[in-house]
Parts: sequence; C-alpha cells; structure tokens
Amino acid sequence: MALTGVLRPGHVQMRVLDLEESIKFYGDVVGLVETGRDTQGRVYFKTWDERDHNSFIIRQAETAGLDFYAFKVDSKASLDKFDADLRAYGLKTERIAAGELLETGERVRFQIPTGHLIELYAEKTDVGNGLSYLNPEAWTAQAERGIAPIRMDHILLYGPDIEAAQKIFEEVLGFYLVEHVELEENKSDLAIWLSCSTKAHDLAFVRHPEPGKLHHVAFQLESWEKVLRAADIMAMNKVNIDIGPTRHGITRGTTIYAFDPSGNRIETFCGGYASYPDWQPIKWTMDEVGRGIFYHDRKLNDTFLTVVT
Amino acid sequence: MRTGPRKREAMAYFTVVIEGTGETYRSPEQRTVLEGMAALGRKEIPVGCRGGGCGVCKIEVLAGSYRKRVMSRAHVSEDDEAAHRVLACRVWPTSDLRLKVLGKMGKKVGAGDTAPASDGC
Ligand code: FES
Repeated sequence: MALTGVLRPGHVQMRVLDLEESIKFYGDVVGLVETGRDTQGRVYFKTWDERDHNSFIIRQAETAGLDFYAFKVDSKASLDKFDADLRAYGLKTERIAAGELLETGERVRFQIPTGHLIELYAEKTDVGNGLSYLNPEAWTAQAERGIAPIRMDHILLYGPDIEAAQKIFEEVLGFYLVEHVELEENKSDLAIWLSCSTKAHDLAFVRHPEPGKLHHVAFQLESWEKVLRAADIMAMNKVNIDIGPTRHGITRGTTIYAFDPSGNRIETFCGGYASYPDWQPIKWTMDEVGRGIFYHDRKLNDTFLTVVT
Repeated sequence: MRTGPRKREAMAYFTVVIEGTGETYRSPEQRTVLEGMAALGRKEIPVGCRGGGCGVCKIEVLAGSYRKRVMSRAHVSEDDEAAHRVLACRVWPTSDLRLKVLGKMGKKVGAGDTAPASDGC
C-alpha cells in the first residue's frame, strides 16, 4: 500500500445557529445524505459517494464556526503511533472513546497553534455509497439530488502562527507543502496549502490574528459544469454566494464560495491538479496574491481575508 | 366563476437613515436591513456572511422597530441585543429606522499575528 499513515480528511463538526434550517440547507440544497442523529442533538451527513458513515456533522449552538476537523488514518497501530509522536513533539492529546461520534472508532484529539481542534481516527463504519461492491452501476439517484458533491474534500483554517501548525503536519503527520503565498521574503507566509495525499490540498491555512477561525469547508464536484449547476441551485434557493463561479490560480480549482444559513462559508469546487510529495512547492508573491486566489478577477474580494466564523 | 379584481399586494417600504453620514435608503419589509441596502448597490454597512455568523454587519438601531432572528453570541451579547446592537443581516424593518454602523470590514492584506482582531464589534 503506497498511501499510508494519514489517509484523508474524514469528518468535520460545525456549529449552526438554527438546526432545522441547516438540516434543510445541507440535505436539500447541498444534497448531502443524512445518516443519523445522536442524543446530543447532532445531525450526521455524508456525500452520496462517500462510503463511511459520516463526514459532515452539525450541531445547534450560540455561535457559528468549526468544532473540530478530523483525518482518517490507515490503522489503529498508526493511531497509537501518531498519538505517541504528537505527545513526544510536545502537544497534549486527548483520547475520545469509540462511539462518542456515531459509527466512529476511538479518536485522538489535539489543539494546534492556530487554535483549531484536530482529530485522528482509524475506524468508521462502511455504510457504502448505495452501489454494489460487486459489478456496480456508475451512480445513484442521490448523485443528482441538490448540489450532490462527491466528497468532503478539504478545509481552510484561519489563525495565528501557521508556521508552527505547518511543522506539526509536516514533521509528525507526514503532510507536505504544495503551494504558499509568501508574506515576507524567505520569512513568513500569508497562506499555505498542505497535502497528505495526491490532492493539491487536504488542508490550508491563512494567517489571521484571531485563533480558531473557519474560512470554509470544501465539497468536491465532478466537473466545471457541475460547478455551474451548483451556482444555479444556489440562485434558485437564494443561497448567499460570496464569489464565483470562478477559478483559483492556486491549486487551479474551479470554485464557488457560498454561505450556509449561519454564515459558515462552504466551497463547491472541481479540479485542482494531482500533486506528489517530491514536487517542489509553488510560491506566490503578495503582488500576485489576487490572481492566486481568484484567477479571473485577479484581486481579492472584500470578504476573503475578513469574513470568517 | 367570477372573481373580483385582484388586489395588488401592498409592499411596505421603510426608510432607513444612517447616522453620521445621513445616507438614507428605502428597504422593503421582507428584506433584511442589510439585503435592502445591498440590493441597491450601496455599501454603508459591511456585507459579510449574511447569516448572522461573522459579525461584520453589526449596527445599532437608534430609533424604530424591527423583527430579528438568531444571531451569533460571539458578536451580539445579550446586553448588545437588549440595547439594539444587532446584525443587519438578521433584522427586518417593521418601521422607519435610524441606525449607526458598528461593524468594520477588518484588517488589510497581510496584517500579522499581532495585529488587533479584525472583529470590528
Ligand atoms: S454579514 Fe455576517 S453577521 Fe451579518
């Protein structure tokens, strides 16, 4: 097996201000599949094509934003090893019992210097994507319901000291830098895009004075045409679009940023190139950051650096 | 069967006055104070997430009445709410309004870790 250690983003838990309104939004408009509710009142979703029980969890709270973001690792042995390595690195870790999150095994939780809670886990029940493991069809009716993304793909987090966070992901968890926007020459970055796979990003950070902030959770679509279809569905449902459809220079993904009913930003995107750990990172300079973020407009919009939850 | 002439649905508009600049706009009752402004291409109140989550559209209603929906407590405390310091994207006018803009669009590109928080509230 070539892909070992941290495999992929696994689940994200978000706070919403009005649960019923958010269930409608994520279920009917985004087209996620509801897979469960727990005694804490949390509602669990996955995309139609994901096989594990859940990837997107919401709970009602007094504030919007992110509770935690989790990566799936390849085995319980890796989970134990990462836990020990994180502690040896000097981070506090916490073990959360299997089953605390529905159909999910034991989790290792730790806080990174940007203020965010990150989790690792090795087990989540395979509930399938509705297609057979033997001679399957190509897609299901769920694949056309709402925006219907393929997977919960990555997250962009805002907080201070992104270099310290980068070091943990690179040195302990095996991520590598794919692209970055340099703030001060050879000294600091405004933003970094990290991968644990061959995706152009599994996780990204932007430097920001307040810790623990969420810029967006991204959902992957199959094609540019599906991104345009997503924009139509957003218009029909009066979803607040932040920007797009457009393209990012960084990662080359085609994209829409939009807001959920609590003001949490989501991205529905397609593309982005395949990257490899031996590749040299791509650098962007501050005078070209506009083109890097929004390739067509070639400038940042008012909300990119300031509107977060 | 004959039905009488259709009555036109009366759409109520209210006048919103922004303290300080003295700018005014007419906002329909079914739009939030923020949407009413943004629909006219105006920019007096910062426009962010439009869902009560980010806080950039914070205003203080100095006079007039409004309907409201749940807003993030990270940006509107109970005291704020009682004192009519609310989020423009979560309030709908039910009378003419006079308001003050409290929210700000925040920091410049590349502000460092030590820059003051971008939350203008
Ligand atoms: S625009 Fe974000 S709270 Fe109103």
